[in-house]
Amino acid sequence: MSTKPVIAATSDGTVSRRGFFVKLGVLFNGLAAMVLAVPVVGFLFSSVTRGRANGYLSWVALGSVSDFPEGETRLATFRNPYVMPTDGKTVDTACWVRRIAGDQFQVFAINCAHLGCPVRWFQQSGLFMCPCHGGAYYRDGSRASGPPERGLFEYPYEVKDGVLTIQAGELPTPGAAMASLCMEKPPCA
Amino acid sequence: MRMIAKVGEWFDHRLQLAAPIREAAEHPVPRNTASWFYVFGSAALTVFILQLVTGILLALIYVPSAGEAWSSLQALNHQVALGWFIRAVHGWGSNFMVAIVLIHMVQVFLFGAHKFPRELTWVIGVFLLLMTLGMAFSGQVLRFDQDAYWGLGIGASIASRVPVLGPMVVKLMLGGPIIAGATLSRFFALHVFVIPGMLIAFVSLHVLMVLKLGINEWPMPGRVVKRATYESEYHEMTRRGGAPFVPYAVWKDLFFAGFIILAIAACALCFGPFGPTGQPDPTIIQTAPKPDYFFLWLYALLSLLPPSMETPSLLIGPVVAILALILLPFLSGEGEKSWKRRPIAVLTVLLIAITLGTFTRMAQFAPWSPHMNAWSGDPVPDRFVHGTTALERQGALVFQVKQCRNCHSLGNTGGQRGPSLDSVAVRLTQDQLIRQVIQGGGNMPAYGKNLSPAETTALVVFLETLHPVGQAPARDASRDVALGVSGQKVPPPQQ
Repeated sequence: MSTKPVIAATSDGTVSRRGFFVKLGVLFNGLAAMVLAVPVVGFLFSSVTRGRANGYLSWVALGSVSDFPEGETRLATFRNPYVMPTDGKTVDTACWVRRIAGDQFQVFAINCAHLGCPVRWFQQSGLFMCPCHGGAYYRDGSRASGPPERGLFEYPYEVKDGVLTIQAGELPTPGAAMASLCMEKPPCA
Repeated sequence: MRMIAKVGEWFDHRLQLAAPIREAAEHPVPRNTASWFYVFGSAALTVFILQLVTGILLALIYVPSAGEAWSSLQALNHQVALGWFIRAVHGWGSNFMVAIVLIHMVQVFLFGAHKFPRELTWVIGVFLLLMTLGMAFSGQVLRFDQDAYWGLGIGASIASRVPVLGPMVVKLMLGGPIIAGATLSRFFALHVFVIPGMLIAFVSLHVLMVLKLGINEWPMPGRVVKRATYESEYHEMTRRGGAPFVPYAVWKDLFFAGFIILAIAACALCFGPFGPTGQPDPTIIQTAPKPDYFFLWLYALLSLLPPSMETPSLLIGPVVAILALILLPFLSGEGEKSWKRRPIAVLTVLLIAITLGTFTRMAQFAPWSPHMNAWSGDPVPDRFVHGTTALERQGALVFQVKQCRNCHSLGNTGGQRGPSLDSVAVRLTQDQLIRQVIQGGGNMPAYGKNLSPAETTALVVFLETLHPVGQAPARDASRDVALGVSGQKVPPPQQ
């Protein structure tokens, strides 16, 4: 059994032939790992990189304007614009559409601004209530009570040829791009 | 028999494992560690193996696809013979695993086993706890039902609050912009490959270190741990007064492990599998998602924290807690081991246990959640409308129709978000009632825009009847002076 160190320099400070090859081999494998790491990291973070610059958002139709009576708030559903073959029903999304008057709308995300549970609309009291932690919002989406720190998330909307369309495609969370798309504060209750 | 021995010898000549295994099995342990208090570690390992086996069995049928996961679970429950039982064992096994890991941790802490030289064993144990919780959460996601779907939304909402990186973390966690197929697939990969792989590696290290460093001796008050002398003292103790682990101590581990397996099977048999609840269809919004048992305390905490404290607590709290657990053996690596001489340790454990227990208990009732159907479903008890005037009865109607009942109870039915109104008239005068209804406040929405003056009048008149028999409603004394005791205007004095 030889106890001579393989990688360490020889006593006179020069590098042995074998030690040099071991170092070279490690370096070579490091290089190969780096070459492979680029696509691996790219794959791992693909869901993030694609999402830059509103990459997931696009305009989707919610239905004819006439489907939404003036002064009322109705539940509408749409299919998420970004779909993968295995998504099943999860790409069907609900939202609350409030037609104020004419072409004036507010389209609220179904997700509570607190932690994302589905809020329900109560016509009689004019409130959205969340079943999870008790958040409540007024009819214009502004915060009424409970743990949410802000009003409901709103989708930007457009009315084109009598069809209501919204810009959607991302789960509304406090940090999501769409949270800042509709920056104007909802009017006070 | 000779044949078997020969075959065994043939294999061992090549594997050379018999000697190290025998050495490990028969290594001497302090006699007083052959105790029923020392069985939780091996029980956790047993449940982990049970989870591995049942998990592999479930993977034979389960389909990790957002479109089909839910129906494959239905097939397991109803179509595949005994599929329900395997699901139930896996689900109950997960509950038992979290519980046993926590009990193991408390026992180790109270017996001072985290002290020198077992600091690293403890730190690895902390990681094992985190991985166990990770398995519990990702397992709940794989039960791809309504609770899983909205639970993921809650996870994403929490993750999105991380400063700057929030949106990135959310997309990384969900595998895309929304909760969908990619989300389930990555949680499947985590639950089935990544975390179990790490668990196997870390459990092996954990057990190896227990073998190398020796099991913690039964702590005696006054026997103080000192870095310089502990190891020689321990070796002396095991050399002179020790007994071989097998069979001296192992039989208790074996009995307890068997008991735990039977308990899990009994729970599975009696209570059946968990869910799945409704389909993971985000357009079905008539749902009130609730986390599994071991995260109920978090559900309560998220409801009860003041809004301004929530984000800091959510982001800083876990970091502080994990750091505290990791640093613990380095901050108190020496000194007394016995719980009898460590009152702060005992009180800390009690405080944490009572806090978590209370939060869990509260989350089972969720008094902070409005009862979404109370306004249409819960009747106004007779005694509150018996013998009332038409206006008061009209007020009772307004009370129901405007969903007040969703947050306020009458006769112990209805929501508990706001105070019970059974005796509200004793607490608030007429003016205060009107103000509260119209302007809200104290966590109540303002109803001013949603009630006509007539409705407000009727509602307040009804609320004023809500006081116990024989207890007068609150009155504003100044009003009596201004308007007369009867509430009528005092007639101007006669000239």
